[in-house]
Amino acid sequence: MADVAIAHGESHGTDHPETTTGLPHTKLAMWIFLASECMLFGALITTYVLYRGRGDPAQGPFPNDVFDIPYTSVSSFVLLASSLTMVLALSAAQERDAGRMRLWLLTTALLGMTFVGGQVYEFTAFYNEGLTLSKNLFSTTFYVLTGFHGVHVTVGVLMLLSLVGLSSARRLPEDPSFPIEMVGLYWHFVDIVWIVIFTVVYLIPTPSPGGPGGP
Amino acid sequence: MALEQREVESPAEHAATHAGHPSPKEYVRIGVILGVLTALEIGASYAGVSGSILIPTLFVLALVKFALVVLWFMHLKFDDRRYARFFVMGLSGAAVLYLIVLISFRVFLT
Repeated sequence: MADVAIAHGESHGTDHPETTTGLPHTKLAMWIFLASECMLFGALITTYVLYRGRGDPAQGPFPNDVFDIPYTSVSSFVLLASSLTMVLALSAAQERDAGRMRLWLLTTALLGMTFVGGQVYEFTAFYNEGLTLSKNLFSTTFYVLTGFHGVHVTVGVLMLLSLVGLSSARRLPEDPSFPIEMVGLYWHFVDIVWIVIFTVVYLIPTPSPGGPGGP
Repeated sequence: MALEQREVESPAEHAATHAGHPSPKEYVRIGVILGVLTALEIGASYAGVSGSILIPTLFVLALVKFALVVLWFMHLKFDDRRYARFFVMGLSGAAVLYLIVLISFRVFLT
């Protein structure tokens, strides 16, 4: 397997960095970083689940009062679609089609911005309904979890736009597929975190404190 | 160096070095499957079934979506297994640690 990886690295000339493992260090580091991100988001999701349906029943609103599942579902489809456009950008980069690559990268960034814009709208709507950051256990854990995810999406959008800018300025390496793949790994990770958040936070029914099924 | 100026290796030759990665058609197929699974999740949450059926169903659907993205879009199915080992190490470590936390706080009993 290592031989295959070395051969793969050599076929790209100087585009890939030196390696002592047979694997590009950058890619290995990205996977280790993503593994550490599992710990971060695991902590945030666990905290949300831990306080799910707990707190003072008088300190609403609670998930059932504010969540708009159809709206969030559209956001989920948008983020999933952005993962598809990201791999299509990588595919175009591997075929050395710079124009198509930039088009798909820009599409991915636009879908990401749509998702973040949707999240800002959702947060604003919740705030107007009285769900401030420190209102109750639900609001604190919800805003911190989804807010951290939103920040990750925003960072991903910035990276995508940087790639588009670098490609337009012809400052990407001869083989652009490696940096595209690295940003793509980060982008897909953000997507899989949302897959978990969408299920755990939005789709699984949350009992209201003091209500049926609540503690 | 501009992408267009590269003449050392043809697109076809270069594409061959990425042999094993899915084609755009396969990516679109996976994307459609992910969309259908998401629609199923949303449909299940509106179906009015009891929590004992709904929650495992939603978890299974989410797990399948998670696996599809990681294996196909992130190429863990095609890349060197050492990447997968590092990722699974972090993922399973987080899962075990936080499952212990949730069990310790008796979350599954409430």
